Amino acid sequence: MTVEVLFGLLGVVATGSALLVVTTRQMVHAALWLVVTLGAVAGCYLLLSAEFVAWVQVLIYIGAVVVLLLFGLMLTRAPIGASVDLDASMAQRLAAAVVAGATAGVLVVSLVDAFRGEHIALETDRPRGHSSAVGAALFRDWVLPFEVLSVLLLAALVGAIVLSRRDVSEPAERGVT
Amino acid sequence: MPLLLPVLLAALLFSIGIYGVLARRNAILVLMAVELMLNAVNLNLVAFDVWLRDRLLAGQVFTLFVITIAAAEIGLGLAIILLVFRNRATAALDELRDLREQDLAPAGRLGESGTDGGTEPAVTS
Repeated sequence: MTVEVLFGLLGVVATGSALLVVTTRQMVHAALWLVVTLGAVAGCYLLLSAEFVAWVQVLIYIGAVVVLLLFGLMLTRAPIGASVDLDASMAQRLAAAVVAGATAGVLVVSLVDAFRGEHIALETDRPRGHSSAVGAALFRDWVLPFEVLSVLLLAALVGAIVLSRRDVSEPAERGVT
Repeated sequence: MPLLLPVLLAALLFSIGIYGVLARRNAILVLMAVELMLNAVNLNLVAFDVWLRDRLLAGQVFTLFVITIAAAEIGLGLAIILLVFRNRATAALDELRDLREQDLAPAGRLGESGTDGGTEPAVTS
C-alpha cells in the first residue's frame, strides 16, 4: 500500500514540475524544474524495482543531459530573469494545448480500458532490476546492440565536434543574415 | 501496484512533452520537452518489463539504450542549435524560415502566409 501512495506522490511531483518546465517564463528555471521531474521519475524506477535504471537516470539525465542543457542556455545567451518571448503566439499555444489534451484524453481512456485491474507483482527479496541482473543481461543477451550503441555514441561525438568547430566550415564567415 | 499508475503517469508526461514541443519558441526549451517525452517512454518500458517479467530484461535494457541515445541526441541537437545561433544570433524556431515556400510560388496553394505559425516551428527543429 505504501508503494502505491509513494508512487502517486512522485507522480504528482513529476507531473507538476513537468508542467512548470513547459510553462515557466525563466529558462534556467525550466532546466532546474526538469531536474525535479527527472529525479521523480528516477524515484518511480526505484519503486518499480528497476534499481540500476534509476541510478543511470540520475547519473546520465540529471548529471549529464541537464548540464549540457545549461551549457546550451549559457552559450546561446539565454535571458536571465523572466522573458516573454519563450512561448509562441497565443493561438499556437492554444492549438498546442488542444493537441496535448486530445493526446492525453485518447491515451488515458484507452489505457484505462486496456489495463484496468492489472497488477504488478513486485518481488521484494530479489528485485528484478538489481544491477547484477541487468549487467548480466546487458553483457550476455544484449551485447551486440550494446556495441552498436557505442559506435553510435562515437558517431555522435564526432558529429558534435565537426558541427561546433569554427575553422572547418568556410561559409561560417557569411555573417549574420 | 496497479499497472495503471506508471502507465498513466507516462501518458501524462508524454502529453506535457507534446505541449512543450508545440508551444515553445526557444529551441533549447523544445529539447527539454523532447526529454520529457523520452522519459515517458522509458517509464512505460520499465513498467511493462516489470509487469511481464521478461526473462531477457528487455524493457530495462531498452531503457538504458534510450537514455544513451537521448544523451547523444542532446549533444548533437545542442551543437546544431549553437551553430544556428552563431550564424543567426537567435535560437527562436519561428525565425528560421529560409526553407519555407517562397512567395513566388503559386500563391494560396498551401496557405503559406496565413497558417504558417501553426505547428510548424516544432518541425523545423
